[in-house]
Amino acid sequence: MNHQRRQALRAGGGLGLYALLAGAGLISPELAQAAQKRAGFDAHTLDAVLSALGAGKPAASSDIELNVPDLNDNGAAVRLGIVSRLPKTEQVAILIEKNPSPLAAIFTIPEGTLADLQTEVKVSESCPIHVLVKAGGRFYSVRKDVQVTIGGCG
Amino acid sequence: MTNPTRIRATVRDGITEVRARLSHVMETGMRKNATGALIPAHFITDLTVFNNDRVVLSAQFGPSVSANPYLVFKFRGGAPGERVRVSWTDNLGESRTDEVAIA
Repeated sequence: MNHQRRQALRAGGGLGLYALLAGAGLISPELAQAAQKRAGFDAHTLDAVLSALGAGKPAASSDIELNVPDLNDNGAAVRLGIVSRLPKTEQVAILIEKNPSPLAAIFTIPEGTLADLQTEVKVSESCPIHVLVKAGGRFYSVRKDVQVTIGGCG
Repeated sequence: MTNPTRIRATVRDGITEVRARLSHVMETGMRKNATGALIPAHFITDLTVFNNDRVVLSAQFGPSVSANPYLVFKFRGGAPGERVRVSWTDNLGESRTDEVAIA
């Protein structure tokens, strides 16, 4: 039995696999790094995204504001307004629960930039939208149920 | 071929607001064309915004960001005449940089 292969499979699907392959010299460290840099984008469920981002179970926070209409005619462009009042907000991620790939975007907020932004996302069917904020090294989130009349991914 | 990003940057009370509309199809790779063939994924993966040479925002995008991505954000500092530069790269290796003077 090939133990290395067993281990690789056990760690598979996540980043562990890339680390192992890089460690074994099967792929270049640059490629492993590139994959790590895109962590979460290839995950297909909310929980998988959270774990790929190392967010575990984020604490619900009322210091994050997610402004989005309850009802949207067009799921292809749903306008979001996001404000985090959490001190030391360093990262803001948008997750659309029922999209084929829930992670839509991760914004990195450097010192001097306000955690106050607007963008537009596709929403494939009515579902909760989550905003995940990393502040002072910890993760917080807020969610809002959003309805779309015409899905935005077809 | 890429098209220019429309950018507007205005400073007020020491805070610069940037509004940008990028020009990109943001194709998910899951849609089919009229003949039933999949349209390949084509979307912006990385975005960086600079004020002169300082990074004021960076982002990673997936295909769930809407076509012609829209973005509004604010940073402290910036002065009239300084540059705001928006730079993106997509999954096919295309990239583009556009800039505007802060008003």
